[in-house]
Amino acid sequence: MIELRNVAYSYGGAELFSDLSLVLGPGSFHFLTGPSGAGKTTLLKLCYGELTASSGEVLLFGADARAMDRDMVALARQRIGVVHQDCQFLDHLPLAENVALPLTVAGRKGDAAQDLADLLGWVGLTAQAGQLPPQLSGGERQRAALARAVIMSPDVILADEPTGNIDWEMSQRLLTLLIELNRMGKAVLVATHDLNLIRAAKAQVQARVLRLRGGRLQSAGVDL
Amino acid sequence: MRVRAGNTLGMALSLVAGDKQADRAVPPTGFTAQLTVFAAGAMAFLAVFALALSLATGRLADRWAAELARTSTLRISAPADQMAAQTQAALRLLQTTPGVAEARALTADEQRDLLEPWFGPDLPVETLPIPQLIEIVETGEGYDAIGLRARLQAEVPGALLDDHTRWREPLVAAAGRLRVLGWLAIGLIAAATAAMITLAAQAALSANAQVIRVLRLVGARDVYIARAFVRRFTLRALSGAAVGTVAGMLAVLLLPDADVAGGFLTGLGFSGWHWVLPLLIPPLAALVAFAATRAAALRSLKEQS
Ligand SMILES: Nc1ncnc2c1ncn2[C@@H]1O[C@H](COP(=O)(O)OP(=O)(O)OP(=O)(O)O)[C@@H](O)[C@H]1O
Ligand SMILES: [Mg+2]
Repeated sequence: MIELRNVAYSYGGAELFSDLSLVLGPGSFHFLTGPSGAGKTTLLKLCYGELTASSGEVLLFGADARAMDRDMVALARQRIGVVHQDCQFLDHLPLAENVALPLTVAGRKGDAAQDLADLLGWVGLTAQAGQLPPQLSGGERQRAALARAVIMSPDVILADEPTGNIDWEMSQRLLTLLIELNRMGKAVLVATHDLNLIRAAKAQVQARVLRLRGGRLQSAGVDL
Repeated sequence: MRVRAGNTLGMALSLVAGDKQADRAVPPTGFTAQLTVFAAGAMAFLAVFALALSLATGRLADRWAAELARTSTLRISAPADQMAAQTQAALRLLQTTPGVAEARALTADEQRDLLEPWFGPDLPVETLPIPQLIEIVETGEGYDAIGLRARLQAEVPGALLDDHTRWREPLVAAAGRLRVLGWLAIGLIAAATAAMITLAAQAALSANAQVIRVLRLVGARDVYIARAFVRRFTLRALSGAAVGTVAGMLAVLLLPDADVAGGFLTGLGFSGWHWVLPLLIPPLAALVAFAATRAAALRSLKEQS
């Protein structure tokens, strides 16, 4: 569904990575690890059309990202759920509306009132539904970001450090949610430093672990 | 072009139907919103006056042109013994002139009435060497003044044709020019409104760059984002202009009555069905705001990507 072919990227200076290839097919589950600053977030941004590759090809649902106009990128993003590392919300809208924002924007609000309630319950935010994002803790914001990423039941879920500020028990709940979605055929890519999370996932699902380091993407060993 | 027009129409319709949700996506801005409403109101107020000016001068120009063009005066100055003969000759000549509907020598009484304001009621008109006046009423098409003058010069040496053109034409021209100025003022007011709304919309778009970023990340298309701004500014312009228009119309209504002083400025106002015209100002302001905001939004969304 998303494919990177020999992709290179640089923010103007030296290339962050080059000749990088990756396929996120239906039902695939990937973890992306690597030292801070290696380019994990950058790689994710290439996958949802926020950045354009310096060279090589990025295919979003079969279409070349470089040739897509803003409307096409917007439509592709309605099929990609993203958890951003710096969880971005509309600070003037209550949490529940923020979580439902992808539906609203796609004109599908109303479809999913029950889904929204269930989802908020699953990530433990029912009590906070009416609060504004700035009033939430870092962990609550991350859980809300994950809820927003999956509310549309997107084909691809890209999560950047979704469990950074979250206790182990809640992390496992979020992982369960991602695994459930993956079993429904969604492609999941999680960038994380959390080896425990990766181990827990590998116990339940066929997951590939990729390590981004020195501009190269390698499969990490079975033992991590 | 057709597709674009359809698009715009669809957007206008969805505005009317109301998409509160898109509106909510952008945080409300109290102070700048009030400024936009105020500016739209002030512009509408001015537009009412510009419109009144155009319509009033238009009426004035038409009336002057119609009234003054239809009558003129022939003045005969001749020695007393030739006066009657020349008057008869002039009347005969006028009766055969195409474009003259009626020609009539004023009686002594009528002439005395005309002079009374200046010389008092006891003027012995008969004994004074004052000119004989002939009133000419023209047909719709009017007569050829130059040709008539030439014939009069040949046959009635003491006759002087005063067809009012000397002072009528500059007045009618001035009224016509005022009317044009009035319309120009309305055009400028519309353009200034568009410029002002564009600036306000631009400011709102830059102030909400972060909101736009988030909306984009969750897959919002440009038209969706633009709609929030367009709807907001259109409604602001509409409400501001409605208040300004009503205030302007009240002000025009409360102007001193035209016929009391009979002057030019006091004739400023609307008459009859013309009262409907200022009611078009608020929807026009909304239309201007709609187009200006939409253009500004789509342009700056393009730049912000
Ligand atoms: N907008 C930018 N302009 C210039 N350089 C940038 C920009 N964003 C990131 N970088 C640089 O690119 C490199 C990779 O950043 P990126 O955010 O992709 O790293 P990361 O692997 O996600 O790190 P972390 O694990 O800390 O989140 C970093 O060295 C960073 O300084
Ligand atoms: Mg990162």
